[in-house]
Amino acid sequence: MSALILIELNGSEVSANSRAAITAASQLSDTIDAIVLTNDASNSSSVSSLAGINTVKMIVDDSLENANVEVASKLIADVMSGYSFLISGSSTYSKNILPRVGALLDVQPISDVCEIKSNNTFVRPLYAGNVMATVESSDETIVMTVRATAFEHSGDGGSASVETISASMPGSNSEFISLQESESERPELTTAERIVSGGRGLGSKENFTLIEQLADKLDAAVGASRAAVDAGFISNDYQVGQTGKVVAPKLYLAVGISGAIQHLAGMKDSQVIVVINNDPDAPMSRMADLVWQVDLFDALNELNAYQV
Amino acid sequence: MKIIIPVKRVLDPYTQARVNNQTQQVDLTNAKMAMNPFCEIAVEEALTLKESGSASETIAVSIGTDKTVDTLRTALAMGVDRAIFVKTDSELDLQPLHVAKILANIIKREEAQLVIMGKQAVDNDNNQTGQMLSGLIDYSLGTFISKFDLSADASSVEVCREIDSGIETRKLNLPAIVTVDLRLNEPRYASLPNIMKARSKPLETIELSSLEIDTAPRIKVVSVEESGTKDRASKQISSAEELFNELNQMGVL
Repeated sequence: MSALILIELNGSEVSANSRAAITAASQLSDTIDAIVLTNDASNSSSVSSLAGINTVKMIVDDSLENANVEVASKLIADVMSGYSFLISGSSTYSKNILPRVGALLDVQPISDVCEIKSNNTFVRPLYAGNVMATVESSDETIVMTVRATAFEHSGDGGSASVETISASMPGSNSEFISLQESESERPELTTAERIVSGGRGLGSKENFTLIEQLADKLDAAVGASRAAVDAGFISNDYQVGQTGKVVAPKLYLAVGISGAIQHLAGMKDSQVIVVINNDPDAPMSRMADLVWQVDLFDALNELNAYQV
Repeated sequence: MKIIIPVKRVLDPYTQARVNNQTQQVDLTNAKMAMNPFCEIAVEEALTLKESGSASETIAVSIGTDKTVDTLRTALAMGVDRAIFVKTDSELDLQPLHVAKILANIIKREEAQLVIMGKQAVDNDNNQTGQMLSGLIDYSLGTFISKFDLSADASSVEVCREIDSGIETRKLNLPAIVTVDLRLNEPRYASLPNIMKARSKPLETIELSSLEIDTAPRIKVVSVEESGTKDRASKQISSAEELFNELNQMGVL
């Protein structure tokens, strides 16, 4: 039984999500291939050096820099014959494409797999992670996304062969216009070892810079609750929670976040949780290892001024 | 232009899901149910389009047992013109592939050019149905949208998508399916007069069996368990120095 990994690239780098997908695939299959949809053939080098990959299948076309989902899903569905598994790391990239591939193949995909029990049995979260379900698939081809926080990130050291597939580009009824990317020098949220996260309590975009200062001091990524994003303190890609990003860092420092279940769903597996809040009854405090009950601005000023 | 808005009845999102260990299912007996919050946002967007004169008719669709009618009445009370209720015999375990096939059937029958739906339901958290529907009927697809601008001639729509790296803007030619994210709009509440009015709005019932769709489960739930947040032994601290010392001892800095 062989598995195909849909690789997600960040620039020319292989995403941590895709590395988790390789680890998941290694529990299911001896032969693992990768597929890359890109506008740049030289991207094959970072993928072929991944450990554990047999063959890298490259589909290269200028239009694939920001591929239309209609095109991407068709291209992937067309190369699936002979594969028992199509696996990708959970992200907005894969969640956009993989279910559409599933429909084209007439299979029921499985989202956010956290554990592999056997070749057809998987554990996945329901109800914002408050319930874990063990599910068994009867589809002949299994299409799934896996949580990057639940599987090791496979490393480099491989030397896969590279095969370029000359596919004709399917027609599409949509077009890419622009991408407004968040520029940040800080560690990436989903793979950071430390995260400083801010909530509604910060009160304004200007005050939110105190969170960023503390993050820089701790070499941490910045996160946010839905309320902080809704209020416009910071952009959507920093949101942690059921509908945002799921994280499991060594340290999660939550400032001014009350802890709606949707937020807790995104960070409850963090190793150490620190809560800074003036509300002792906030749900967030109950799951903290350390609680500092204080006016959050006093705490942030003291922390930012503290000489480590 | 007709707009179809699929809506789902789910456990109220502010209610804790409880597992019945005997049935190995989430216990929904006597539980407070509600319209999936993402579906409310989809309904709101469709109503805004209707009010601006861009849409001729808004149609809510839901699938389930008789209780599902409550959710359709909510959509009607918010302002949707009519509802289609696809009735299932029992608590059939319908999965996104089945739901997408049922919706595909309804959309073809109605010849709807636009489908607005939630990006995920907060019970099963699959985030699949809109994408799968797009694959089945080959409509263009915009997922996770936070902005929706219909062109003046209603032939295309420009959407902003909330993705992991930021905001992506795309143009979709109609017919199209969009799945909505949290920040698209603020859904309205149904007013009391509108709740009364909803009772007399058209609600068509279609027996699922009459659609001849294969609903054999592809996925079987073997078991479920609660895995809620665990309380931790919260230690109180009171200064930056104390915090840094603790974190150093824990080896997380």
